[in-house]
Amino acid sequence: MNDLRVVAMLARRSLRQTFRRPQLLAPILVFPTLFLVANVGGGGSATRLPGFPHVHGFLDFQLPAAMMQAAMLVGVSSGIALALDVELGFIDRLIAAPIRRSSVVTGRLAATGVLGAFVGVWFLAVGLIGGAHVQGGVLGALALLVLLALAAMSFGGIGAAIALKSGRASVVQGIFPLVLVILFLSSAFFPRQLMQEPARTVAEWNPLSLIADGLREPVISGLSASKLATGLGGVAIVAVLGALLSAWGLRSRLRDA
Amino acid sequence: MRGAVASSGALMRRGLNEVLRVPGAAIPGILAPSIFMLGITSVFGRLTHLDGFPTDRYLSFIVPITLLQAAGFSGAATGVNLARDIEHGWFDRLLVSPVPRWALLGSTLASGALRAVLPITFALVLAFSLGVPFPGAGPLALAVLLALAFSFVAAGWGVAVALRFKTQSAAPLMQAGMFMLILFTPSYAPQALLTGVLADVAAVNPVRHVVAGIRQVFVGDVTWAATWPAIVVLAGLVGVLGSFALWMLERSGR
Repeated sequence: MNDLRVVAMLARRSLRQTFRRPQLLAPILVFPTLFLVANVGGGGSATRLPGFPHVHGFLDFQLPAAMMQAAMLVGVSSGIALALDVELGFIDRLIAAPIRRSSVVTGRLAATGVLGAFVGVWFLAVGLIGGAHVQGGVLGALALLVLLALAAMSFGGIGAAIALKSGRASVVQGIFPLVLVILFLSSAFFPRQLMQEPARTVAEWNPLSLIADGLREPVISGLSASKLATGLGGVAIVAVLGALLSAWGLRSRLRDA
Repeated sequence: MRGAVASSGALMRRGLNEVLRVPGAAIPGILAPSIFMLGITSVFGRLTHLDGFPTDRYLSFIVPITLLQAAGFSGAATGVNLARDIEHGWFDRLLVSPVPRWALLGSTLASGALRAVLPITFALVLAFSLGVPFPGAGPLALAVLLALAFSFVAAGWGVAVALRFKTQSAAPLMQAGMFMLILFTPSYAPQALLTGVLADVAAVNPVRHVVAGIRQVFVGDVTWAATWPAIVVLAGLVGVLGSFALWMLERSGR
């Protein structure tokens, strides 16, 4: 069977799996939305701090952070779903099928990318309803959605790696709380220059800061090629890490099978 | 009755064994609240520079949230483990055993509370080592007891969700429910500095009393006026969520 067709079919299956189970989809949307409300309400006074960049409102600053958080959760959910497939024996059947073995991961990641763009649309809608301004206009919003889809795929690679290596959904679920932690140690939620040490230094080196900057620019300033490239650079770093770990996980899964 | 207590004890031991014998699965739950505490302090620490902030040490301000999150994550983990037992058929075997269902629930909730001891202890040791002043044994015991009581609330929620969806995929829902109950309070800043929808929600969220009950231990002085509302709220939440979980359990397999 044509490789692309296999990937498309597996991606369609993954999307159906997500959309047919509200308990899988709801946390991806609801949790970051509620967290957005908490952050905007809890830290909204921060815009009065000296050194805080000029923004239309704290919602504008936080909106890309919520998108990124959602994209990371999409990646984790993708890993959980893959681990469940391992537990239920579906992956073993795919491995025995006459298809390219990497399709097991790429099919799932293709669906993860679509979901990443979907959550981007959701947050744009939430933000605009809540009074946010996208300075980059329609083009900026489109660039943001593409970057977010790629980011979700790169996070999904890491989720897939953990799923394939452990073969247990509970282990992948264990990283759910860490999503926020990693995000807090980036410039997603607060300007880097106002963060305290040692998080400020960690944020300097955290590739998620690059993605956050790339996502934020179209919202608070406008479309900028250099910031977009910065965001893509961050995505590339996470994607390479995810690809290497996934290959390692798949190899050990093949050994077990 | 003695048999039910013995069975509950055995099930609680089983719950604890999951922490001790599968540490890989437990470590994120132990570390996450503490890393969150450090992360959020690093990010929002400058809020103490705003007029009206009651302390200049943001770490002290955020410790109560960390303790509640530790309890919340432990409760969610209890729910996830129950969902796994349901998926694997182990729970069905428990349902046909001669153990009363209230004992099944009680042991599950208690193991969730015991599970919370580790992350709470870890977070407190870390906070004190990073300069949060030691409040004294009595006040500290009060803070820990309130947090442990909240872990019963979280475990009740986790168990109810597990029994409703019967899948580990519902784990984010278990975690998110508690997370929001905790964060939709004056969690990052005092009520007067909150803005937007959060200010309105936090003003009516009953968990704000639990936050205040624990926060008085680390910021300000311990008073009965700030303690009793926390106890009342926790008793109410344990009653409501425990009853709901028991109702779900009674319906299971019928």
